[in-house]
Amino acid sequence: MSTQATNIVEKSTGTQAGSDSVLKIRNLESYYGPIMALRGVSLDVREGQIVTVLGANGAGKTTLMKTISGVMDPEKGQIFYAGKDIAGAEPNEVVNGGIVHVPEGREVFPLLSVEENLEMGAYTRKDKDGVKEDREIVFSYFPILKERRKQAAGTLSGGQQQMLAIGRGLMARPKVMLLDEPSLGLSPLLVKEIFAIIKRLNKEQGVTMLLVEQNAKVALDVADYGYVMELGRIVIDGEAAKLRASKDIQEFYLGASTDGQRDQKRWKQKKTWR
Amino acid sequence: MADLQLIMSGLANGCIYGLIALGFVLIYKATEAVNFAQGDMMMLGAFIALGFTNSDRMDLPFWLAVPMSILLMGCFGYLLDRIIIRRMFGQSQVSVVILTIALGFVLRFAAGTIWGHEPQSLESPFAGRDVSFGGVVLGLDEVVVIFTTVLLTIGFYFFFNNTKLGVAMQASSQNQLAAYYMGIPVKRIQSLIWAVSGMMAAIAGILFASKGSIDPGVGLVGIKAFAAAVIGGMGSLPGALLGGIIIGLVEPFAARYVAAGYSQVAPYLLLFLVLVFRPHGILAQIHRKKV
Repeated sequence: MSTQATNIVEKSTGTQAGSDSVLKIRNLESYYGPIMALRGVSLDVREGQIVTVLGANGAGKTTLMKTISGVMDPEKGQIFYAGKDIAGAEPNEVVNGGIVHVPEGREVFPLLSVEENLEMGAYTRKDKDGVKEDREIVFSYFPILKERRKQAAGTLSGGQQQMLAIGRGLMARPKVMLLDEPSLGLSPLLVKEIFAIIKRLNKEQGVTMLLVEQNAKVALDVADYGYVMELGRIVIDGEAAKLRASKDIQEFYLGASTDGQRDQKRWKQKKTWR
Repeated sequence: MADLQLIMSGLANGCIYGLIALGFVLIYKATEAVNFAQGDMMMLGAFIALGFTNSDRMDLPFWLAVPMSILLMGCFGYLLDRIIIRRMFGQSQVSVVILTIALGFVLRFAAGTIWGHEPQSLESPFAGRDVSFGGVVLGLDEVVVIFTTVLLTIGFYFFFNNTKLGVAMQASSQNQLAAYYMGIPVKRIQSLIWAVSGMMAAIAGILFASKGSIDPGVGLVGIKAFAAAVIGGMGSLPGALLGGIIIGLVEPFAARYVAAGYSQVAPYLLLFLVLVFRPHGILAQIHRKKV
């Protein structure tokens, strides 16, 4: 077991090899004023996969998402999407290109109805019939939204708002969906439900997902590949199944109890990560 | 009988306050800044119409001058945001407020230079005429003001709830960040909101000018309209209209039944009472502010 863990750490080149990556990020650096939030992040998202980015608060996960979706501009580095560098593009161009960001903390339009929220998700689209079709698709995944379609989004429960945020993202008919902490503030049962739908959307609608999570367990359960971020850097990456089995991940992100034997080692490992 | 006429003239004034207040609220909702030049934009709209249509100026037909001045004020609002206000992005809201106060002074001065400082009347087809509804004689100007406001309200309601652009305007004022994520061009939408409130100001100005004379200082009714917006609940569009109408109705009755020196205070006394007992205004929208 422990040999496998060290293998992963050594293998941590920061990228997932493969030429069929739909999203390829190289040495991305972003700042909040003087504070460097991304310190050269490189990662690959292959078409049709669910790729998760794990990490604690302040690791830079949300910054990574915002930089991809164009809400923040990177200082350095490239974001290749379908072969084109989209680093620094405007958000509407990114959405138009097929990358949609489902933000953390739901962020619905509170006074608009569920239907109007969904309509806004399709803002950049011109094909009215396609939008109507997609709305029915969204309703088929989230029947509760159909039931509440005239209700103001702010009056929905947290779980329903999260469903609406995902549904609103789907309305852009994205190739890649950036999901920022969909489990935030939801009960374990709802988390399970939402992640089951995320998995289904990936399989049935072919939406590639880049999933940022603090809840490593659920994220690794649905993901194909995983990256771990710490202080603006990728420190570990690997197949989701391998990461799940890794002792480091188990200790730091899955909350497995430590046996005394590993105490010293953990200290060492932590040091090598930074 | 006399009371009915008071009510009508109060309603008409109130509609104008309400329209100016609507301009305040639109911009406040979209950008969270208060445009204290809204009253002066109204004055400017009125003077532009006057410049187009008065016989000693360009002498264009009234029905041509009105859409032209509305359009011109729309462009003015759009460019104002595009060129000046947008540069203040990221600055504190106080600096935007001070900027708009200064803009008000500039507009007053410019209008005085172009059109003169003396009171003038807009030559409108409904000034000074009366209509009678079953024996009740009312000023045509007042009827037109009320009628126009009702039409505008219906138009606005339709625009904000049934058009994609209107819903997008609501969306970007409710949650700007999420609007960005959805690919809504938030900056352009803000400029368009400035354009709409510029057009609103022009309409209010033309209606105001058709009820009496105007001079470059009339923009100061903007203060009353601001009070109306606060009474109605800053951030609520129906509230702005309601607040305007309330102030419009309070004024003539206070003038009639309260001693002359005190009646002027009535709208502000009302503002004071509303702020004490309903600090968020009458039709406050419960709107969770994100930090």
